[in-house]
This record gives sequence, structure tokens and C-alpha cells, in this order.
Amino acid sequence: MSAPRIVYNEGYLDEQTKRVVRRALLKGVAIPGFQVPFASREVPMPRGWGTGGVQVTASVIGPEDTLKVIDQGADDTTNAVSIRAFFEKVAGAASTTRTDQATIIQTRHRIPETPLVENQILVYQVPIPEPLRMLEPRETETRRLHALEEYGLMYVKLYEDIAKYGHIARTYDYPVLVNGRYVMAPSPTPSFDNPKMHQSPALQLFGAGREKRIYAIPPYTDVESLGFEDYPFEPQRFDRPCEICGSTGVYLDEIIIDDRGGAMFACSDTDYCERTAQQRTEQQSTDTKEVTA
Amino acid sequence: MNDDRPLLSVTDAGHRYGDRFGCRNVSFDLWPGEVLAVVGESGSGKSTLLGILSQRLRVDEGSIRYRTARADGSGGREGSAEELLELSTLSEREVRRLWRTDWGFVHQNAAEGLRMHVSAGGNVGEPLMANGWRHYGQIRAKAEEWLRRVEIPAERIDDTPATFSGGMRQRVQIARNLVFEPRLVFMDEPTSGLDVSVQARLLDLIRSLVAELGLAVVIVTHDLAVARLISHRTLVMKDGAVIESGLTDRVLDDPQAAYTQLLVSSILQG
Amino acid sequence: MTYDMTHDLTHDMGTGMPPDTMLSVQDVRKTFTLHLQQSQRLPVLSGLTFDVPRGRCVVLGGESGSGKSTVMKMVYGNYGADSGRILLSHQGGVLDLVTAQPREVLAARRSTVGYVSQFLRAVPRVPALDVVAEPLVERGADREEARERAGVMLARLSIPERLWALPPATFSGGEQQRVNIARGFVTERPLLLLDEPTASLDARNRGVVIELIRERLAEGVGMLGIFHDADVREAVADATVDVHSFTAARQGSLA
Repeated sequence: MSAPRIVYNEGYLDEQTKRVVRRALLKGVAIPGFQVPFASREVPMPRGWGTGGVQVTASVIGPEDTLKVIDQGADDTTNAVSIRAFFEKVAGAASTTRTDQATIIQTRHRIPETPLVENQILVYQVPIPEPLRMLEPRETETRRLHALEEYGLMYVKLYEDIAKYGHIARTYDYPVLVNGRYVMAPSPTPSFDNPKMHQSPALQLFGAGREKRIYAIPPYTDVESLGFEDYPFEPQRFDRPCEICGSTGVYLDEIIIDDRGGAMFACSDTDYCERTAQQRTEQQSTDTKEVTA
Repeated sequence: MNDDRPLLSVTDAGHRYGDRFGCRNVSFDLWPGEVLAVVGESGSGKSTLLGILSQRLRVDEGSIRYRTARADGSGGREGSAEELLELSTLSEREVRRLWRTDWGFVHQNAAEGLRMHVSAGGNVGEPLMANGWRHYGQIRAKAEEWLRRVEIPAERIDDTPATFSGGMRQRVQIARNLVFEPRLVFMDEPTSGLDVSVQARLLDLIRSLVAELGLAVVIVTHDLAVARLISHRTLVMKDGAVIESGLTDRVLDDPQAAYTQLLVSSILQG
Repeated sequence: MTYDMTHDLTHDMGTGMPPDTMLSVQDVRKTFTLHLQQSQRLPVLSGLTFDVPRGRCVVLGGESGSGKSTVMKMVYGNYGADSGRILLSHQGGVLDLVTAQPREVLAARRSTVGYVSQFLRAVPRVPALDVVAEPLVERGADREEARERAGVMLARLSIPERLWALPPATFSGGEQQRVNIARGFVTERPLLLLDEPTASLDARNRGVVIELIRERLAEGVGMLGIFHDADVREAVADATVDVHSFTAARQGSLA
């Protein structure tokens, strides 16, 4: 094979661009939950497919990093595999599917079930960064509302839910108050994962490529899901265990298994599921051995 | 009423569109509980005046002062620290606080004053939520109370204004504006565009709520009958200037200016 | 029964108000300028001077067109005056209605001066009971208590109870007039202006109105009235002011 015709800069983006993104990230970290505008660049994938997340990852990744990419909770979807391959190629970074071995995790929806630790970075791909968008379409006005801490409107949305459904029906992108100051959209993350954002030891970075916004939650920051005194936030719950690994208290996906509408419920976090199942098998074989012995 | 200081004090106020004045040399004081009608034909400057009073337009000349406590003062609404403050010196945050707590604006077109796809209850509850109410049951109870006061059937609380008639929309708008019990409400032709019978009902409602709450109101109207029914005092405007002002029934019964006499003589006798 | 209509200039120099007087009209001039008719100036009254003592009923006399209604409207504040003074005993002080600010005139109407005309001007949709109760509510009375007192007044004026919840706009002329009288008499304002209140009432209701007037007079209320009916006028008048003698046109022709 001949040498590649184009030599990409490390991390694909040029150094100037990475600096621009890093500056936005630093500002985001300094003002937790505040949406920082940035000059979103072209990356080799369509907008809306995680270009914001990719630019954030590209700006923080180095050859010594280990990257995990999940789409929903899975490491093996097309998008996740492509992004992982992309950074292996342009950043020389190692990749993994194991949460506990990753230094950077890029995600579209889920926060892994395995608790994150210090020095890990969780990068969210965000489609709509403005939590007030659906109620107030004018960007000039929503920015003013954030600046002046006028969040009555956000509660109107929650009020409407309770009036209509008897409870707050929102199960994803559930608005949070960060560090007691800015109301923030957690992107399409299920509300099940909201509590994991609170006081997380990991750094959480959010990139919205099409919308040209970056925001962040530094480690150990208060993240409070909004609610009323008499209708507080309640994360989604699943009453059953995963049918593959038997875990309880995890986020389950409904998987259609036949043409007759049969379905099973299994962990959406594939890495967690595989390792839990594996541990159980090992445990069982140890038990069996002990019994035999 | 027993306070010797006005709530709103306007002195020689004017606004310029390019090199032409939309209104000029307007002066008046407004006390709590007073309803002031601004009447005139299209182009008389009455809407421009409402614009500068409500800070939608810049005050190019003169001053508009409002009685309130400084943001840093501890006085609050009832506090002794209240003083007449020049509106143009207040910060945006301060002005918006006044819009949340002290002022209301009833638009001619309800769609400008309501969120048409949020329920009536949500529309009326929003000012409460904006002022920090965080108990759903209390917000809903207050919204119900106000919808009842503006004669909207309780079972419509979860319907959106988009499904309401023009008269009902205006009543929801009034409830939304009054639910936090402001001190000063601006109204821009609130009854025009409605059927005559609906108009009468709405005017009556406005009149009784204003009296009960002791509100100060500036209402802009081209309809002298509206001014007669609900206002205490009237300013007559023409070509951007106030040409006559005073007690409403004196302005209408004993008009001094030629233009006012013409306006009054043009009223259809009911 | 007469009393001195001219002014004793030795009275209270501070306010210009004679003692025990509700209303003192002093040297008032009124001209209408009709801009729509080549700015024609129409002098109506000049040198108008009279007092209304407490507990007395002063009647405005003079033929139709002499300006009796103009006098009433100036005293109530609907009309301005060109010059002179219209002094009103108001809340322990004296208010000159010629120079008073609009809000002072409003305060005077709320607590001191009541107006009963033959025409009812009420908001279309309000029930009769509330039309009558409104002046009490405006003065801070409890709404239910105000309605109760309004009901008593309506009953006295023979408005059947089944009509109380209906807006007076749907009533006959006589009924509307009685609602208006009830509204005027329901409060205890110390000066009442009666503008032909009995015009078109039957004898029985005229009698009730005379009774109401006498009760109020006995309580010390001052009244200024225009009465079309000679029998009512004779029943209640303590003194008569001949408005015609202050008619500007007449004075002009005499000069």
C-alpha cells in the first residue's frame, strides 16, 4: 500500500480549531451549565450524527487516551463503531468497550451503569442544547431568561405534563438545574440517568454541533432535576431484572425477538450486561466446583 | 389613594420616529386605583405613548418615573424605601422584575399576550411560577380561582386558548395579568375586535376587578364609550400631543378643545 | 321659609366657607365655546352665588333652559367653571371644585357628593342589586352587607325582588329611575344633588322619595335639587335659587 494522500492532524481538527473548542470548554467548566457558543466545524459525518460530541472529543483526546463510544447503551452500533474507528485512525487513541478502562466516553444517550470515576471524561452528543426552546423559540429571549435566571417558563412545561398526565411525563432530556444557577438540557439522556449527573466524579462535557453550543458540568457539581414540591422529580424505574444478566435497577431496552411481537427486556448498557453475565457464569462455575469438591 | 405620591409620574415625555415625533410633551400623574384612558384616532400618538410607558419604545425626551424600591433596598413592595425612580435608569433585570411583580399588559390581540398552545391553567399559573411558586397544587388552585373570577368554566382549565373564543381569550389574558396582583396594568384596546355584547361583558369585568384590586390602569382606546365606562380620567391625543385632559365625564360632557368636541359629537348615541 | 342667600363677608376668611354649610357657590361664571359652530361663545351663567347649609334642601328654580342642569353639573364636576369658587365641605376641610384636581373631585364624589339624575348610566351587564350596592363597595363596605342595604332600598322603592339579579338596562324607564334613586340614597354622603329624581314616578313612589329626602335632611344632609313636580318641591324645599337671575344672556340684555 502507498502512503495516504492526505495526512490529518492529530485528532483530525487543526490545532487552532482545537484551541477554540478548548477555550469554550474551559469557559463551560468555569460556568457550569451555561451554553457557550463556539464555531462549530465540519467533521466527516453529517450534522445531527454527533458532530458536536466528535469535536469535543477531538479537542481533548490524545494518543495516551482510551476511548469508549456508546449509542443508546451499546458499543456495537454503526455510529459508535464508526466514531471509535475514526479516532483510532486520526488520534492514535486506543479504544475499548469497557467503561472502567476508558478515559473518554462519548455518548449519545446513556450514562454507563458502571459508576464513573475521577479523571474520566463523559462527552455528550447534544441535538438541542436549549431547554427552553420548545416554549420560547426566540434565542435572544431564552438567552436573556438564562442571564436573568428567569425559569418560570421551564416549570410551565412541567405543569402542563402534570395537568395532562397526572405526573411529569418527561422521560428523557429532563431539565436540570446545574450548580444552583443554570437550567440545562441533559440532551436525550433518559431521566433514569439524571441522578448519575449529580456530584459525578467525572468531568461531563456537552457538544451540540449543529447548534454550535458547548456546555459542561465539572466533577462534583450539584445537578438537580426540576420538579414541584408536591410533584418532585422521579426517575424512570424498571420493575423487572435484565433477562440476560439478571441485573436489577438498570435501564432496560425492549428487544423484539420474533415476528409475533414477542419481546425481551435487557440492559441497554451492553458492556455492563456482558460483564455481569460473565461474572455470574464464573460465579456459578465456582459454586459448581465448590459443590463438586 | 391616601398616599400623596403618584405611582407613575410622566413629565414632558416624547418619542421620535426619525425626525418626526410620535408623541411629545406628555405629562400626567397616575395614582393607585386610578384608571386613565388615552383616547384618539389612529395616528394620534396614543399607541406610541403606551409604547414608551411600557418601555417598548425609547423615551427620547422628558421622563417617566415609577414608585418602587431600589433593587438593593430591603423595602420591597410595601417598604418605606419606595421612591419615584426614573425608568430609564433601571437595569434590565430590575425592569423585568417590575414586569413580573408590579406591571401587567393586556394586548388587543390575545395571541400576543398568551401562549396559545399552553393550557389556560398554565397561562394563568406562569406568572406565579415566574415568581418562584413551586407547589403544583397551590399554583393550580390559584389558577382555578382566577379563571373563575374571569368567568371561564372550571372544566376548561386544561384546554388551550387556541380553542377559545375571542372573548374568552381576553379573559384568560386578564387573569394571567392579574393573578400576581400587580399595581399598574397597561391595556391596549382590550375590547376592540370583539362583538358588542362580549365587549360589554369584558368591560364590566375589567371595571370590577380594577376596583376590587385597587389597580392603576392606563387604557388606550379609540372608543369614547369605553373611556366613559371604565376610566376616571381621560387624555385626548391628536397629532402626537395631549390636547385635553381631565376627569373623564368632564372631558366628555364639557369638552373644551375643538377636536374633543368633534370626537364627542361623533359618538353614536346608545 | 327663606334664608339669606347673599354672602356675609365676615365669615371664615381662611376658607371662604360659611359655617354649617355643605356647599358655597360664589360668583361663578360659565361659558360654552362651540368650536363646531364657528367657535361661537355661549355665555350661560355669571355671578352665580348661593349656599347649601347642612340639613337644608335648596331648590334651583327658573324656567327651562335657564341653566339649572349646568349648575348641577358644575357642582358635581362634570362641567368646569370659568371663574369663581364652588366650595365644598369635604372630609373636615374645604375643597374648591373650580380648581380641584380630577382625583380630588373623584374623592369628593366617593365620600361627599352624591348625584341622583333621572337617567341611569350603568354598565350594561351588572345586576340591579350591584348597581345600587356599588357606591357602598367603592367606599370600602363589605360586599354582602352592601347588597343587603341595597336590597332594603330597592324594596322601599317597590322594585320587585325578582328583578334584583337582572341588569337595569332591561327595565322600564320608571324602574330604571328608581334603581338610580336607590343608588343615590344608599350611601350617607353629606351632600346630595337631585336632578329631577321624581320626573315620571307614580304618586306612591314620589311619596317614598319625599320620605327619603326628609330622612336624609333630618340627618343633616345638604341637598341641591331640581324638581319638576311642584308638590315634591313644596314638600322638601327650604329655599329657592332663581337661576334665571344669574343667566348671562339676561344680564347682558339688562346691561
